[in-house]
Amino acid sequence: MEKYEQYYVPEQSHWPIVGAVAMFLIAVGAGLTVMQLSSDVGYGQYVLYAGLIILFYMLFGWIKNVIHESQTGLYSAQMDRSFRQSMSWFIFSEVMFFGAFFGALFYARVLSVPWLGGAGNNAMTNEVLWPTFEAVWPLLSTPAGETTQAMGWQGLPLINTLILLTSSVTLHFAHVAIEQDQRAKVKLFLGATVALGCIFLALQVLEYMHAYADLDLTLQAGIYGNTFYMLTGFHGVHVTLGTILLLIVLLRLFKGHFTAKQHFAFQAAAWYWHFVDVVWLCLFVFVYVL
Amino acid sequence: MSTVAQSEQNHHDHHAAKGFKRWLYTTNHKDIGSLYLIFSLTMFLIGGAMAMVIRAELFQPGLQLVDPHFFNQMTTVHGLIMVFGAVMPAFTGLANWMVPMMIGAPDMALPRMNNWSFWILPFAFAILLMSLFMEGGGPAFGWTFYAPLSTTYSNDNTALFVFAVHIMGISSIMGAINVIVTIVNLRAPGMTWMKLPLFVWTWLITAFLLIAVMPVLAGAVTMVLTDKYFGTSFFDAAGGGDPVMFQHIFWFFGHPEVYIMILPAFGIISTIIPTFSRKKLFGYASMVYATSSIALLSFIVWAHHMFTTGMPLAGELFFMYATMLISVPTGVKVFNWVATMWRGSISFEVPMLFSIAFIVLFTLGGFSGLMLAITPADFQYHDTYFVVAHFHYVLVTGAIFSIMAGAYYWLPKWTGHMYNERLAKLHFWLSLVSVNVLFFPMHFVGLAGMPRRIPDYALQFADFNALISIGGFAFGLSQLLFVAVVYKCAKGGAAVPDKVWDGAEGLEWEVPSPAPYHTFSTPPEVK
Repeated sequence: MEKYEQYYVPEQSHWPIVGAVAMFLIAVGAGLTVMQLSSDVGYGQYVLYAGLIILFYMLFGWIKNVIHESQTGLYSAQMDRSFRQSMSWFIFSEVMFFGAFFGALFYARVLSVPWLGGAGNNAMTNEVLWPTFEAVWPLLSTPAGETTQAMGWQGLPLINTLILLTSSVTLHFAHVAIEQDQRAKVKLFLGATVALGCIFLALQVLEYMHAYADLDLTLQAGIYGNTFYMLTGFHGVHVTLGTILLLIVLLRLFKGHFTAKQHFAFQAAAWYWHFVDVVWLCLFVFVYVL
Repeated sequence: MSTVAQSEQNHHDHHAAKGFKRWLYTTNHKDIGSLYLIFSLTMFLIGGAMAMVIRAELFQPGLQLVDPHFFNQMTTVHGLIMVFGAVMPAFTGLANWMVPMMIGAPDMALPRMNNWSFWILPFAFAILLMSLFMEGGGPAFGWTFYAPLSTTYSNDNTALFVFAVHIMGISSIMGAINVIVTIVNLRAPGMTWMKLPLFVWTWLITAFLLIAVMPVLAGAVTMVLTDKYFGTSFFDAAGGGDPVMFQHIFWFFGHPEVYIMILPAFGIISTIIPTFSRKKLFGYASMVYATSSIALLSFIVWAHHMFTTGMPLAGELFFMYATMLISVPTGVKVFNWVATMWRGSISFEVPMLFSIAFIVLFTLGGFSGLMLAITPADFQYHDTYFVVAHFHYVLVTGAIFSIMAGAYYWLPKWTGHMYNERLAKLHFWLSLVSVNVLFFPMHFVGLAGMPRRIPDYALQFADFNALISIGGFAFGLSQLLFVAVVYKCAKGGAAVPDKVWDGAEGLEWEVPSPAPYHTFSTPPEVK
């Protein structure tokens, strides 16, 4: 057999069990917090915070461990492929997660709302349950009578779309630069991407404030508000995570990590960012414009 | 199939760590495989105990032992535990143990994440079981947690159920990613795709299904959470949503999920049947294609669980025909197994006994599935004990029997000892008879109209139910024999050679028994 590089199998590690305890506390804490929303006892949130703190401690330690191993050259090309493939499959699972919520959106728009309005063979559904209900999308007035206003696509959402698209372009420039080993250029473009991500998030918060204060568009405003907030909300969470990942990569660049050949962390964060971008485009089309 | 030029002496300096740290901190695929298997067996016994409560209540008509709300918690948690706690971790455990050894890999692709995938599971089930003891009780809406049962009418502890399911999902997704990447990236030189053992093939496809649908389950429970606690109305018509939407989202996960629980079983049976028939598997390539077809079809049949929800006619017809189509690749498999045995030099060791029972009884479960697929007939069968009989035939005599078969088949390789043949045979025969006493009469009471998930029933079902309960207790007690066999085998027994079964093929039989702590640190050459 010709040259074979040893596949690195790490020695025992305590990080996973620390992570498992963190997940346990987060799940119990989140559960209790939600259950205690309408009561005066509120110890659940402290369990949740404890879990989050341990999770961040774990992530910090684990990632530090991995970076150290990577820097000391323990990872072969085969190991690198394992990382890349795992990241791709992780992103695929995220696609399916958003798929569930897009599915709910399409189901409501195409089936359940028209049916409530009497479409298909549902004339009696409309007649018996809510005869005054009219099926339109966005659903500004629910069968139960909750009213709201629609969020237009012009203004903030359009600006945010342009911001995210620009950030994908700057990130691509950074990627090209890292492959040519032009480190100053990488830092510049990656820094710009992180900044654009932060601006996007700030504008998203402004948009939510506008929706709550001026449009009466709340999480409780019927299926239109539900899908609006769940989709944009989960997207926002992913932008936050993506920004953090890019920021870590940027800090590592300043510490002198990565080469033109070996930069898996950069690549993974970039893939993630492009994925978040594509989700936004779908969102922009199906939640805002159409 | 292959020659292994492997010097195991190299690895004798790599011994397992001592004490509890070995298990908490381990990155070894064999340790993690054992942990999964032990966890799964524990869950199988807990879930089984809940089934005993159900059968005890149903022994006679009328309410006698438990109150109906507790009965509902038992049916719900029994289902959740058996699906997510017993069957799925058992297959993941087998994959952890066997996939690296079968493809000549040093370990799983991401050993630390592998540890994490396992250790979050016991915590998830601790949360689920904990909620049973809290004020208001545990989940009582069925393992399918249909809205509005899980939203409007559920107790306040539902949030704990939601987050427990989230953790189970995260565990499955991480485990599945590990399996896929291991298979794609860590195969030994020469281990080409069409040389892969079928257990590896079926797990590859299963892992793909897991990554595709577990996030959808996460979406479903998240919507249940917001509907119940945050005032959204995804599943509430008053806000423009639809309770039936829940069923669509749930079963989009749920149907691939049932194949997640049977495809690895197909892989195990396809491994064992050739060994004890002393013949090559008949139609290897067609098995691979059939498995892939089943996986793809599993995405377009979900609404056959929902024929009575008032879907448009076109939907009823589409899902009926698509469902029936699945019997074609499944039939290919059954015929291939039978053809493998045809004119084979068959011997009846315990793994083979379980495998043959699997073929007959799983096929029976498949046939009742075909009956349920016929939309107009399903209007009659829906939510009766006929459905319960159907899915217990495919899951107990299907998935569980295959797990038993696999456990007996590989136990000597894991422990280095042969199991106690007499006890194991006793376990098999008692299980075989009792499982049929348990589930076969359910077809009859179901066809006669006995609804599922109720603590009481009409008097005409009394005799059959008493019989079913007796079968249930017998089957449950028989499984304690399995625990005894495994325990004895781990402790000692006749030493076995590297190649435990004379007809066996594959890399796992070319390493010593018991398998050393690290195998294939240098990949073998597969010819």
